[in-house]
Amino acid sequence: MSGFKMNRRGLLKTSAAVGAGLAMPTIFTSAARAYTNEPSGGSVTLGFNVPQSGPYADEGADELRAYQLAVEHLNGGGDGGMMNTFSSKALKGSGILGKKVEFVTGDTQTKPDAARASARSMIEKDGAVMITGGSSSGVAVAVQALCQEAGVIFMAGLTHSNDTTGKDKKANGFRHFFNSYMSGAALAPILADNYGTDRKAYHLTADYNWGYTTEEAVRNSTEAMGWETVAAVKTPLAQTDFSSYVAPVLNSGADVLVLNHYGGNMVNSLTSAVQFGLRAAEANGKQFQIVVPLYSRLMAQGAGRNVAGIFGSTNWHWSLENVAGDRYAGTNAFVQSFGEKYGFPPSQAAHTVYCQTLLYADACERAGTFNPCGVVEALEGFEFDGLGNGPTLYRAEDHQCFKDVLVVKGKENPESDFDLLEIVDVTPTEQVTYDASIFGGELGSCNAGT
Amino acid sequence: MDQIILQILNGLDKGSAYALIALGLTLIFGTLGVVNFAHGALFMIGAFCSVTLNRILTIGYVPEGAEAQSVGGFSFGKPKEVPYVEYWFGEATGQAIVDWSVPLSILFAIPVMIAIGVIMERGLIKHFYKRPHADQILVTFGLAIVLQEIIKFYFGANQIPTPAPEAFVGSFDFGALIGMDPGVIIYPYWRILYFVFALALIFAVFAFLRYTTFGMVVRAGMADRETVTLLGIDVDRRFTIMFGIAAAVAGLAGVMYTPINSPNYHMGMDFLVISFVVVVVGGMGSLPGAVLAGFLLGILESFASMREVIELLPGVNQVVIYLAAIVILLTRPRGLMGRAGVMED
Repeated sequence: MSGFKMNRRGLLKTSAAVGAGLAMPTIFTSAARAYTNEPSGGSVTLGFNVPQSGPYADEGADELRAYQLAVEHLNGGGDGGMMNTFSSKALKGSGILGKKVEFVTGDTQTKPDAARASARSMIEKDGAVMITGGSSSGVAVAVQALCQEAGVIFMAGLTHSNDTTGKDKKANGFRHFFNSYMSGAALAPILADNYGTDRKAYHLTADYNWGYTTEEAVRNSTEAMGWETVAAVKTPLAQTDFSSYVAPVLNSGADVLVLNHYGGNMVNSLTSAVQFGLRAAEANGKQFQIVVPLYSRLMAQGAGRNVAGIFGSTNWHWSLENVAGDRYAGTNAFVQSFGEKYGFPPSQAAHTVYCQTLLYADACERAGTFNPCGVVEALEGFEFDGLGNGPTLYRAEDHQCFKDVLVVKGKENPESDFDLLEIVDVTPTEQVTYDASIFGGELGSCNAGT
Repeated sequence: MDQIILQILNGLDKGSAYALIALGLTLIFGTLGVVNFAHGALFMIGAFCSVTLNRILTIGYVPEGAEAQSVGGFSFGKPKEVPYVEYWFGEATGQAIVDWSVPLSILFAIPVMIAIGVIMERGLIKHFYKRPHADQILVTFGLAIVLQEIIKFYFGANQIPTPAPEAFVGSFDFGALIGMDPGVIIYPYWRILYFVFALALIFAVFAFLRYTTFGMVVRAGMADRETVTLLGIDVDRRFTIMFGIAAAVAGLAGVMYTPINSPNYHMGMDFLVISFVVVVVGGMGSLPGAVLAGFLLGILESFASMREVIELLPGVNQVVIYLAAIVILLTRPRGLMGRAGVMED
């Protein structure tokens, strides 16, 4: 201690330095930011958090294409896409609230912890005022909770579990995509029409959250119309060869196999089921059938011709307006715009994230602020049209979009890699609407951060 | 009864892939003493040989005057290409060649995989012979990730359907063959073929090691490398070739696997861990052990995924292989057919 001497001048200097240091955070925050990452310059930053590596990287790439297109349209570039057909006319092609839209991207890796880390980095380092994207419910739930804490808006990408806007819903989070309950409700009548009400179903279910909610939804709605569930077997998420699960199905007394699988799981289990002759087999005197509750184009591409004739549901399909008419206006505008830029039609993942970006931008315009609480208020109970799904409601109680659900079937003779599914029917919104309280959870109140 | 036969069949066909990968791993470990974590990647590259050949065979040209295909009425389609093989050999023959691209890929994959194996060994792995096993594991694991990312860069992350020839699509009534009621035991043709192919390949490798001079030298080298070197034989060169052969075995297992599950860049990793368990259960360095353990664990895994078993012991389907490994290693610490002195210094 002998070397340490503090005189009056030194003490004053040190005190001043320490005082300034302590005051630093308040100096910066005292610019009176009313909410997290309030844009101060001439631009606003959005955070696109999509899987850029891992098994859903291709889906993430398609989401990113749609985001880039949305940003281009918001800033007045391109042909404007669905901004021209959108029922709300608040967007003028001059960015959002006059600020040019910029974006940063993060890689979710389809892992909740990695997705949270990249979302956090985009919020804290890049100043993103809104986070959107993802291709998994696990990721969506994790990132949604983070955005709620951080005081930014989360516009979910492709997430189908009931939980995202059910037991894990948050005031700052919004989902345009449909969910497991809606898939079950939309599919059941079509399955009854096509396969009858006297059917015995065998479920193979991916052993994680989304698998459970999907199995439950499909079971409830098919059992309600008279089907019997013979068995439901959980399969490990990491399973690649499903033959040992599929092989016993034919002699189990069942005549329908429901594959509650997504992504690689679905591609592999469906391939095994077709290999084991289930499509050609007969059981209980009926033709054996396979059902895939949630379809995506990437899955259909992975499974190739094995999807032929197999029913499933989707949120949207690029042929919707041509097949089902003007009610779905916006579809053709978006497909044309996307196709011109990238050379092929968009997937449903691309569509939902494009819609989410426009819906967010529009809500900011209508609210006149980027303040999350203003945006929440503008989106809650918002009724719109012209974004490709027909009249749609963003329900205030759970921040879930309610719109028609598509029932599709794998095409027997596809003309191209993008033409694998055909629309069989469109189930009207009323049939897929449910009471907001059935899945529990608390929305809480909006958080604007600091 | 029918369920038991069905699961045994299923186990044999699952076990075929495990046995082939584990056989290659053991060959490399037995000859070069390297624990090769990139072996799963070799399996995956084999599968992509089949994808690549399919892509090569379907390279086409746009016939003069062909109009852009309309994609559902939108104006951004491209004109349809006609594959050159159809132009050169006629439509029917051309289509048949494309249809048979998976079996044809065997011919394509053998030289490619041997070359990749030799380059891998000479270019990277030989520098790690005298390093501890931990270093070898790290470098080969890193290599596996690099190879995986390269494949993902060129082919994307999505699975790529690579169907079997039309003649092998469909399934075979195995039950009727053994005198049971028709329609009770149905098994896909291609999976049966995969099992037969695996047996043939395993037999070929064993015959090669047993009945050729080259194989004799390799076996001698595996038993006592120093003595063989002192006799003036260049063991290193032969071991390099063995690495190439092991890569080809993994590659062929991958080629033939593509119609069973559409390949993606990650498929090697899915098999890697199980293959190591197979090698350890079989006994480090024991070729027959690897094959035996491959089939055994395949069958065990199949039985564990039966509904009746899962209902009795929930979750057993996810851990059965590791439980079996623990039991076997506790009762036979050197594995089923392991020899004393291997990995014990």
